[in-house]
Amino acid sequence: MTAIASPAAQPNPLSRGIRMTVIAVVAVVAYMLILWVLLFGLGGRTVANAFPEALQQTVNALSIGAIYALIALGYTMVYGIIELINFAHGDIFMLGAFLATVFIAGITGNNDAVTNIPLLIVLLLGALVFTMPIIGLLNVGIERAVYRPLRHAPRLAPLITAVGVSFILQNVALTIAGSGDRKSPQIFPLDWTIPIGGAQVSILSIFIFVLAMLLMLALQAFVSRTRLGRAMRATAQDQEASALMGVDANQTISLTFLIGGVLAAAAGLVWGLRFGFVRFDLGFNSGLKAFTAAVLGGIGNITGAVIGGFIIGFIENGAASLGYSRWSEFLVFVILTLVLLFKPTGILGQLTGDRA
Amino acid sequence: MTAPIAASTITGTAASVAGEPMLVLEEVNTYYGQIHALQGVDLSVAEGEIVTLIGANGAGKTTTLKTISGLLHPRHGTVRFEGTDVSRTPAHLLVRRGIGHAPEGRRIFSRMSVLENLMMGAFTRETPTIPPDLERVMTLFPRLRERSHQLGGTLSGGEQQMLAIGRALMSHPRLLLLDEPSLGLSPILVQQIFAIIREINSQGTTVLLVEQNALQALSIAHRAYVLQTGRVVLAGPAKDVMSNETVRKAYLGED
Repeated sequence: MTAIASPAAQPNPLSRGIRMTVIAVVAVVAYMLILWVLLFGLGGRTVANAFPEALQQTVNALSIGAIYALIALGYTMVYGIIELINFAHGDIFMLGAFLATVFIAGITGNNDAVTNIPLLIVLLLGALVFTMPIIGLLNVGIERAVYRPLRHAPRLAPLITAVGVSFILQNVALTIAGSGDRKSPQIFPLDWTIPIGGAQVSILSIFIFVLAMLLMLALQAFVSRTRLGRAMRATAQDQEASALMGVDANQTISLTFLIGGVLAAAAGLVWGLRFGFVRFDLGFNSGLKAFTAAVLGGIGNITGAVIGGFIIGFIENGAASLGYSRWSEFLVFVILTLVLLFKPTGILGQLTGDRA
Repeated sequence: MTAPIAASTITGTAASVAGEPMLVLEEVNTYYGQIHALQGVDLSVAEGEIVTLIGANGAGKTTTLKTISGLLHPRHGTVRFEGTDVSRTPAHLLVRRGIGHAPEGRRIFSRMSVLENLMMGAFTRETPTIPPDLERVMTLFPRLRERSHQLGGTLSGGEQQMLAIGRALMSHPRLLLLDEPSLGLSPILVQQIFAIIREINSQGTTVLLVEQNALQALSIAHRAYVLQTGRVVLAGPAKDVMSNETVRKAYLGED
């Protein structure tokens, strides 16, 4: 009764946030402990040297998961608002990685490990400021040019078109950059680590995780607390009713593609920093896994996409840590299948049946 | 239910065009694909009136409202609102011009709180004007105040209807379109909703009301139109329509 004017998202958003944070921390600690036991049991390490490795790998898993989560958000938000599985989204991420690489290489000339901290910060911020708007607007342009005319066409038409756009983007990259790996300067020094309990925790991994979390918190705040964010959720729930409120659906959909592209561009930048290469088909593999993450979390649900991204990151990292990296995709998809068998809407998904 | 309303919250009077009613439909023909839903509807609503549109299922009542609010556009004919042809204006721009529409089936945002639903209703408004509007709606519907942090989907049917009307009011409409506000409500709630519609009207909002509950609608309306298979078959003061033989047989359950 007192908070008439405060636009709260949920009955009790703060306590919900705290609960989710606690669950997340418990899950990460549990992952680390399990990995510790497995490294000791399966990996043939001693109890003592299994721990540092488990800690290091957990931090790495967080950074990989963060990259998948950033990409998955673009899938889930677009699906949430126009029920399109945008198969070209992985390639948007790939172009983001390329563009960031071009920007950084253009300035540093392919040198790795920039140890001058102010310069490093300027480079990283510059790469973000350069790539995010371009990739975001590219994504908006694609929607405008090819998905919007098909908005009222049968559902298969935009879906196939998205597959087509994916091939077009890949081939553009292939034509310009060739088919092999192109070096992406790893300007963030890989040997920067924090020693914790005998482990050398990668600062790059922490940076990637923190950057992704900041972007995702900003997104969360935007979607739940601002007028446009609210309009976006309203459009996702009921486009006609939103129009009656004065919301321009086209504008809202453009905004969704913009945000998806911006997040994918950030993911592209940190991908290059972490793996040191870019390639025209990067979007296929990573895109598929990020899409899986979105489905796993409940497609259309923003929190779900983040959770799904981290789950995939953890599975992949866990398999790799134990020497089964060849099995990581097998595991990812087995778990996806199991989740969908028992909860077809994904972890946090709702049925979309209430849509008119 | 009745509450004193501060002068500032009363809807400003429209710049009325001399001689012409607020809303005029001329020879409106609306189609769903090949289906000819409205076959030349003529209708007008003057400022300050409650006008009701009655008729059987499929007569075109909802289609008429959707054509006015811009969710549908007529293939032929014109819709004029306050002297301007709005036949081609999309719905999201018509809200800004002063047409509020509480659609059929309520269509509240079920995964948003009551408060957020009302904030969506105020999407076109300037931020400083929102708190007094919220206060006005919550005074009109005290249940919404009690449930302001509950998700829309968890409300009862009557509460959802109140929310749908309250949400439409948040845009400060000069013309409010109500589609079957009494549908599925208990008799007591129906009475309440109609009392509130009358009150909204007395506060200066013009109302175009679509109803299956013809008797109730006619009892609060100034004028009425009877729609049958996409055409207006009868129009006139609500009292006359109520006493019309055919209407009594067809819509008021007499034989």
